[in-house]
Amino acid sequence: MADTDAVVQPRKKGLTRRQKRSLSRGAQYAVFVAAVIAFAVSADWGRLKNQFAQADIAEQMFPDVITLALKNTVLYTLSGFAVGLVLGMVIALMRLSSVGPYRWFAGVYIEIFRGLPALLIFIFIGVAVPLAFPGTEIVGGTYGKVALALGLVAAAYMAETIRAGIQAVPKGQMEAARSLGFSPARAMVSIIIPQAFRIILPPLTNELVLLFKDSSLVLFLGVTLEERELSKYGRDLASTTANSTPILVAGLCYLLVTIPLGFVVRRMEAKAQEAVK
Amino acid sequence: MTAKTLGGPPEIQVRALYKSFGDNEVLKGIDLEIGRGEVVCVIGPSGSGKSTLLRCVNLLEEPTKGQVFVGGTELTDPDVDIDAVRRRIGMVFQQFNLFPHLTVTENLTLPQRRVLRRGKAEAARVAAENLGRVGLAEKADAYPSSLSGGQQQRVAIARSLSMGPEVMLFDEPTSALDPELVGDVLAVMRRLAEEGMTMMVVTHEMTFAREVADRVVFMDGGVIVEDGTPARVIGAPRHERTRHFLSRLLDPAMAEVEEETSDQVGGSD
Ligand SMILES: Nc1ncnc2c1ncn2[C@@H]1O[C@H](COP(=O)(O)OP(=O)(O)OP(=O)(O)O)[C@@H](O)[C@H]1O
Ligand SMILES: [Mg+2]
Repeated sequence: MADTDAVVQPRKKGLTRRQKRSLSRGAQYAVFVAAVIAFAVSADWGRLKNQFAQADIAEQMFPDVITLALKNTVLYTLSGFAVGLVLGMVIALMRLSSVGPYRWFAGVYIEIFRGLPALLIFIFIGVAVPLAFPGTEIVGGTYGKVALALGLVAAAYMAETIRAGIQAVPKGQMEAARSLGFSPARAMVSIIIPQAFRIILPPLTNELVLLFKDSSLVLFLGVTLEERELSKYGRDLASTTANSTPILVAGLCYLLVTIPLGFVVRRMEAKAQEAVK
Repeated sequence: MTAKTLGGPPEIQVRALYKSFGDNEVLKGIDLEIGRGEVVCVIGPSGSGKSTLLRCVNLLEEPTKGQVFVGGTELTDPDVDIDAVRRRIGMVFQQFNLFPHLTVTENLTLPQRRVLRRGKAEAARVAAENLGRVGLAEKADAYPSSLSGGQQQRVAIARSLSMGPEVMLFDEPTSALDPELVGDVLAVMRRLAEEGMTMMVVTHEMTFAREVADRVVFMDGGVIVEDGTPARVIGAPRHERTRHFLSRLLDPAMAEVEEETSDQVGGSD
């Protein structure tokens, strides 16, 4: 008796580590469940359903929400991405250049366009450019303007990503290429950049996701009916039907693209991690 | 040995070469001539400037002062087309530096096509020939990452050979290899030497130096201390520094002890 007492004694003082851990986990679950219940009870589901989930209104959105709105969102995103990639590559190379003014210009560009809200760039392209250069039209109309506005913003981010990618390629690669007789430019194009792109594919895809969402800023350019993308289309329909179901549907359309893309990015990152090992 | 034209016009000529990195003067007046078909091994302690000298010979490092000639062309002339001269100089690195995004064959064909502007078929033919030469014909479609270090180094040699160089530079080509893989690479280099290639080899492989080199150059502290036949420099070194270096190489246990003490000295400042 005395023996068992001696053994058990230390445990009786307060909680063991294991007990503390399970208690704290239990508390976390309890708080979470309580919050969900409080939210579910206090929300007016009836009104929410009326406002956001009207089947007939949702039905009336098809097929336009896909064939027009989603299509335009994709088009805006891809054209912005293309402009951003080309411009970002140029700026990345300028940033790495041995010519001082190039580096300086690239640095200033990156700071400015990463520091400004994308919305301001859209307004600037939509208002300031036509004022400053009257009579000139940005090629491609709205599509051109969106590609330019999205591209200008994306280029600043992509330039930094591309620069990091180029710098992540081991120095020996450039040395091997140079010693085989490649000129610096040819070595860059044939040997370094292809390897850099493998490295930066995940962050570039992330940038695509960001652009996909930023394309909603087209809202502020003033577009024709045919040029509407998901956000504008959803909002217009929401006001004509006096119901928010179109907003929900538009939102689901975004997720339809961004969630799989995010999944792809994580897969690529995991693969890259494995390759390093 | 009979095929070699020793004593002809030098294939590589280095004159009064100096190289500094900032305040650190690494090469302090190097004079060196290597004849056509000659094999010269450069040995010396770590930090003595062996790699720097080799890299100056194809201008991967820009000399601070002095001249470098290869095949009669002055590389240090600021108006020279350096890319054109480098095509005639093969370089093999300690870390192989294969292009990891390309297959073995593409590693060999891309430089030929982009730099020499060879046609697809000819580039492929030359690549296959050189892969055969290093005994790796069956790895043509593999990616470098799937090869052993020794195989990668042999591919790197084949890649250089595919450009048809007149001179080959090797910077410790076997130092990054597991001991059992060293032999294959050295065998390839030995055959290349027998075929009459002009070679400058930085190495710690004394057996290779003794058996294959026509001359051994011992460097220490940025200068050439001794230059002569392997039997002379390795077998009967004249300078204390050479003797010291060789004894450390032959007795690694002692080298380790010395390195530790020198580390401590280095760490305290
Ligand atoms: N790019 C560089 N920048 C600054 N210092 C350098 C550079 N390359 C070499 N050095 C310095 O030059 C000296 C000689 O280096 P080098 O690589 O030529 O020696 P090494 O004889 O090849 O040595 P090892 O046997 O270790 O390869 C060293 O002190 C090194 O720190
Ligand atoms: Mg070295």
